[in-house]
Amino acid sequence: MPLLEVQSLKKSFLGPDGSRHTVVDVPEFTLDDRAQVALRGESGCGKTTFLHLVAGILKPDSGSLRVAGHELTALSESQRDRLRATTLGYVFQTFNLLPGYTCLENVLLGMAFGPGADRAQARALLERMGLADRLHHYPRQLSSGQQQRVAVARALANRPRLVLADEPTGNLDHRNVGAALALIREVCREHGAALLLVSHDSDVLALFETVRDFHTMNRGPMPAQEPA
Amino acid sequence: MTLPLIVAKSLRQHALSTAVTALSIALAVGLWLTVWQVKEQAQTTFANASLGFDAVLGARGSKLQLVLNAVFHLESSPGNLRGEDVEAVQRAAGVEAAVPLAVGDSYGGWRLVGTTLDFFRQAEPAPGRRLAVRTGGRLFEPGFQEAVAGSLAAANLGMQPGDEFHPAHGFAGAEGHDHEETYLVVGVLEPSNTPADRVIWIPLEGIQHMSGHDPATASDVSAVLVKLLTPVAGFRLDTHYNQQGHRLTWAWPIGRIVAELFAKLAWLERVLELVAYLVAVVALGSVLASLYSSMNERRHEIAILRALGARRLTLFGAIVLESGAIAALGVLAGGLVYAALMTVASGFIRAETGVLLDPWTGSGTLFLAPLLMILLGAAAGLVPALKAYRNPVAENLGPHQ
Repeated sequence: MPLLEVQSLKKSFLGPDGSRHTVVDVPEFTLDDRAQVALRGESGCGKTTFLHLVAGILKPDSGSLRVAGHELTALSESQRDRLRATTLGYVFQTFNLLPGYTCLENVLLGMAFGPGADRAQARALLERMGLADRLHHYPRQLSSGQQQRVAVARALANRPRLVLADEPTGNLDHRNVGAALALIREVCREHGAALLLVSHDSDVLALFETVRDFHTMNRGPMPAQEPA
Repeated sequence: MTLPLIVAKSLRQHALSTAVTALSIALAVGLWLTVWQVKEQAQTTFANASLGFDAVLGARGSKLQLVLNAVFHLESSPGNLRGEDVEAVQRAAGVEAAVPLAVGDSYGGWRLVGTTLDFFRQAEPAPGRRLAVRTGGRLFEPGFQEAVAGSLAAANLGMQPGDEFHPAHGFAGAEGHDHEETYLVVGVLEPSNTPADRVIWIPLEGIQHMSGHDPATASDVSAVLVKLLTPVAGFRLDTHYNQQGHRLTWAWPIGRIVAELFAKLAWLERVLELVAYLVAVVALGSVLASLYSSMNERRHEIAILRALGARRLTLFGAIVLESGAIAALGVLAGGLVYAALMTVASGFIRAETGVLLDPWTGSGTLFLAPLLMILLGAAAGLVPALKAYRNPVAENLGPHQ
């Protein structure tokens, strides 16, 4: 059974003019356990919304979305929160580290709502990311590359089965992209986590064996004919 | 670990607003407790300031004036009683003791009260406790020009056994000429935390026969402090003096008359309470406003926590806990404000009346009010918490939220 299985997934939003706009309309998509897949897509094509749906942050209008055997559309919001806390990791383009928390505390927060904070494991993760001497630094005291590594450590902190990465190298210098991506892929492999990455950067996509074109798999966005 | 960490981080990140709101809570708690405690303690302590005496017999006039004059040494005497009036009440059935007092003179702004040694035998600053003279001193000898100073009077005048002074005619603030007599201080009383501490005690005859006083009234006294064997005697003497007689006033029971004084001042208490409540409401409002306004800048942070798997209720609880923590910090600081306010208030009351208030004993309000403030503080966080609860995650995860 695939780790992620999407069928007839639709999500639309109400526009300012009152019309409903379909942003995601994915008839079918699957991702196997431990697989690493990149989705190609330009800005505004709905790939972030797709990741939010997979993460259970957004609820689809219709369709089926199974993650690690759980049908997300059938879960309550708190059940989706729980699934996210225990099964998923998320790396954001802007890293979204909490500025008032140290690196170690940021990683501990990644565990806190799921398996529970484990200081030794958080420390080990940061050491694995080459940040042994930055444990008690705040995000503002780190370079972009270091912040990204903390974000990856946080995404892996709850021992997820699936890591979602939304343009994770978008804020890095071009020359650091390759190394950063290699590290993400490597630690996901080490932790036995599948990786679903979205990017519009051809250099990033070139590093993946499996690349899917989000434009092709998504029939949205298209404005609906009927106002809501 | 998660909730306390989130709360501690948030308090630290918003240290200035936390400090300001906690300070407003501290002022509210301090003011609230002070008003309450002064009211409660003053009523109890003043009602017990009668040194164990039950009633005052004096010249016809206001019972309150009689009590204030004879017990608290504050007002002027409404007039005199004749010597036979004193003997009559001493012989009356149901009277355990009747101690005459004579006033009219002062020294250095502190009142001189003439009395008999019976006063020191009968006066009880607390049940079973007697007025005591400090080591190295003694009580005055009746018929001699000797004085025993109350502890407050002695401290303010720098009086010690062996000192001498000339009494002045009249009361504090309205002293007339100095009398010729020289009085020798033979003792200083231990603090009793009662109005007796504000008095310089001399033999009854001293006031009665002071030079310049009318010799025709030498056997008169200003008031008689009375201890009763039973309350029945109090009712009987009330009828005798107040209803059948028309020359004297029987002020009994002293505690009730003091309570009536406080009842007359109840409007002032209510105003102070209202001010304290308003300060508390403003303080709680400031917690609410401060947290609520910070919710806008925290939308992104809340969305990140939600994306990490935090439930809505978890974050709701974190905000309520944070609000309660601000109130708890305020309550802790409020203890200091209360201690400072009570030190000033009780010092003032002690100086004016001799009565000492104890800031740390009394009703459960002293402990319940801070607890209530913490609960109300937490409740003030409900509205901001609701805002956090409703925070949409996807909309606030972007880089420019």
